[in-house]
Amino acid sequence: MTDAAAPPPERRAAPPRAPLAFQWDKATFAALALAAIVLLGVAAPLIAPHDPDAVDLVSRSLPPVWNAGGTWQHPFGTDNIGRDMLSRCLYGIRTSFGIAALGLVFSSCLGIAIGIAAGLGGRLADRLLMTVVDVFITLPNLLLMLCGIALLGSEIWVLVVMIGLVKWEGYARLVRGQVLSLRETGYVEAARTLGASGWRIATSHILPNLASPLVVILTLAFPGVLLMEAGLSFLGVGVQPPTSSLGRMIGDGRDYLIHSWWISGIPALIIVAITLCFQIIGDGLRDRLDVQLDD
Amino acid sequence: MLSFMANRFARAAVTMFLVLVIAFLTLRLSGTPFEFMYPEGLTPELEARLAEKYGLDRPLPEQFVAYLGQVAQGEFGRSLHSREPVVEMYLRGMPHTLTIGGLALVLAIAIGIPLGAAAALWRTSPGARIGMGIAFLGYAVPHFVIGIGLILLFGYHWRVLPTTGLDTWKHYILPIVCLALPMIAGLARFMRAAMMDAISHAHVLTAVSTGAPPARVVRLHILRNAALPLITVLGLEIAGLLNGSIFVEAVFSLPGVGRVLVGSVENRDFPVLQFGVIAYAAIVVAVNLAIDLLYVAADPRVRLEE
Amino acid sequence: MTEARPLSGVPVAEAAALLEARGVHVTFHAHGGPVPAVRGLDLTLARNETLALVGESGSGKSAFARALLRMNAPPFTRHRATVSGSARLAGAGDLIAATESDLRGVRARRVAMIFQDALSALNPVMRAGRQVEEALAMARPGLDRAARRAEVGRLFAEVALPESAALARRYPHQLSGGQRQRVVIALALARAPDLLIADEPTTALDVTVQARILRLLGRLRQERGMAMLFITHDLGTVSRIADRVAVMYAGQIVELAPRETLFAAPGHPYTRGLLASRPGRRRPGERLTGTAPDPREVGPGCAFATRCLLAEAACSAHQPLRQVGPAFVRCWKVPA
Repeated sequence: MTDAAAPPPERRAAPPRAPLAFQWDKATFAALALAAIVLLGVAAPLIAPHDPDAVDLVSRSLPPVWNAGGTWQHPFGTDNIGRDMLSRCLYGIRTSFGIAALGLVFSSCLGIAIGIAAGLGGRLADRLLMTVVDVFITLPNLLLMLCGIALLGSEIWVLVVMIGLVKWEGYARLVRGQVLSLRETGYVEAARTLGASGWRIATSHILPNLASPLVVILTLAFPGVLLMEAGLSFLGVGVQPPTSSLGRMIGDGRDYLIHSWWISGIPALIIVAITLCFQIIGDGLRDRLDVQLDD
Repeated sequence: MLSFMANRFARAAVTMFLVLVIAFLTLRLSGTPFEFMYPEGLTPELEARLAEKYGLDRPLPEQFVAYLGQVAQGEFGRSLHSREPVVEMYLRGMPHTLTIGGLALVLAIAIGIPLGAAAALWRTSPGARIGMGIAFLGYAVPHFVIGIGLILLFGYHWRVLPTTGLDTWKHYILPIVCLALPMIAGLARFMRAAMMDAISHAHVLTAVSTGAPPARVVRLHILRNAALPLITVLGLEIAGLLNGSIFVEAVFSLPGVGRVLVGSVENRDFPVLQFGVIAYAAIVVAVNLAIDLLYVAADPRVRLEE
Repeated sequence: MTEARPLSGVPVAEAAALLEARGVHVTFHAHGGPVPAVRGLDLTLARNETLALVGESGSGKSAFARALLRMNAPPFTRHRATVSGSARLAGAGDLIAATESDLRGVRARRVAMIFQDALSALNPVMRAGRQVEEALAMARPGLDRAARRAEVGRLFAEVALPESAALARRYPHQLSGGQRQRVVIALALARAPDLLIADEPTTALDVTVQARILRLLGRLRQERGMAMLFITHDLGTVSRIADRVAVMYAGQIVELAPRETLFAAPGHPYTRGLLASRPGRRRPGERLTGTAPDPREVGPGCAFATRCLLAEAACSAHQPLRQVGPAFVRCWKVPA
């Protein structure tokens, strides 16, 4: 059977590779850059030159070191009440990534649990839960989060829970698919008759298969979650002082943009860098997955 | 087709119902409004009597029905802060939000779609590469960061455009661009992918084999086919527009609807919040429904399902 | 059955030839390197004859056909292809060297091509009749809308499609497989071509529908006096419709013979293997084993040597086509 335009020998181009295999391309560089940023955030308590909350009205609104009037004391300058920008940025990275990670953990646990319940439960449970999923998808995320924050306050746990609540469907669908396909092999029935509980089946058979696609989904979902927190904090309803995140810093510095661009500008640049890295990684992952699918 | 439409209508109805439930719960769970009416303090007896008078001692489902009745009549109460009727607060900001959103949508469609189509047809030209590179950036970076960037460039570095408020027509430029940029990027990326997919279909080969010139092939066989999924994407982008305008209004301090909404969260002004939630959700649901129906009408494969 | 013309494998006199291909090379530029799909093909096609081009996937038959109409250039296909050699069409010159606009004229009025999968060959969001109208608009620009529609009706009747008016308004997915293929044929006939290239037009159809389409093609060819280049891998189809048969292997023609000669006394070992491999054949001993080679790895000698039971050292030298009776065979071991 003839193909559209290319002769069959083309299939021998490259052997199929695992999507997460190591390769020196754009995506790998982006991943390394991202890892470096995360490390800086994690190490913030160790490497930050100043206390991020230390107010110093004498040296307020100092420009970064590469502008006139800057000093190496405060390489990224200071904000309008004299807090060191470099330290604030480091801690800001830490906070932003921390909340995003926690939110993802929460949403993936929630999604996995619901997915397993939908897959292992009867048809009614499955139908019900999947309807819930469908409706949840159409609900506007931002509004839900705003309601939750208005009701419960802006504490960190609220943000984590809210972020988790709007993002769990993807995991639920993935897990449910896995469970259902496993069921078709009759394995679940057999295990059940042997007395294994649902929990046992889930942990020893379903979860191990999920590892690889789960990692991919989490990587693709991370930037969205990160930016959600940043956006909420920018609006003022996310993290509250003295805690600071990149988004919060941008929001606080908005009014001083014309005079002290670095207060908002530098955290904004950091966000752009992070976003770019994630975008490149995401595209790279998708490309590799597509190559796999073609084979 | 009918079953498809009925299904979509049902989904929309269920979603709106859920939104109303959430709005209602937000309102009730936030505590009673009486502390505000009597700042000097309430005695338990007074509170009980007021509760009875306003029907707050009835069971929740009953209250919900009453609430639905109020919503149907357009009764959304007053702000806890300014005592203004909620609806008026939103109506004041509506024209600005709609203007900026509408113009941004037009701009995004006018630039994004041709950009993506051109990138697909002249895949290898340097112009296409550059264009898609910019789209790449604009797609991922959030609205408020883009806004900061625009302010720094045009308001600070070059000092050509105003950056706060909406006094003159010049004030509209940056907010509209800021809102439109991610949409342009998204539409361009999508259009390029859809066109490249349409090109690879065999019917294009057939068309070429009839001796049709490239322009005709593109018009009749590629663009037409890529237009279908475009409808769906447009729906998604419009929903994103509502989200984005909240951030854009915050960055540029615009007197729009978004500011009212965010303010209500900060001030825990629940009557204002619940109306914003309902209105935004209603718009999103309505747009999604319209898009679904439009798609069904446009794709003969779905429309004529026997 | 078509009236058998006493054609031999001898090149037809130039005056009567419709298509003359000489030294055609088609090379694809894929990511892994150049792939020589067609390696020096010579072919002559007379008016009013059906030539079957037979081979396995990857033998280069489709690549050759598409190269004739230059249907292998981006952005409409995945890979770039370079074509060299000449392919003279009577009254139109060398197709391979023609300009794009000249070639479009050829596509619109002289040579039509139909493809295997009729469902994807038709635009899913355009009505069937409209697509044929489009082809007519290219072929006969002088017709107005009403005349075109009338012509579409006539074409539909010619390909035995019932209720042509209602059918024309339908979309491709609403038609059966056989109907779709008839629409594709009508699309080709709209150009009143001198040459119809059919690339595996019946492979995707049911057996009963296959037979009907083959009969239709045979009848149309005779009524309109077209030449047909019929590409297939199915020998059963060949036996029903071809006047001459060209067998391709790894980008070259290895045997060119009149239909009767090929089936009765096949020359090339590959041809013999093909015939023996048909289900139900009585001599399983000669069946083909192994798979076709990667065209990139084929040397100057016989490409079939790796699978041939008669292979010797001398087979690695360049093998020209030798005349063996009424046929041409690319194998030095076949007695003349």
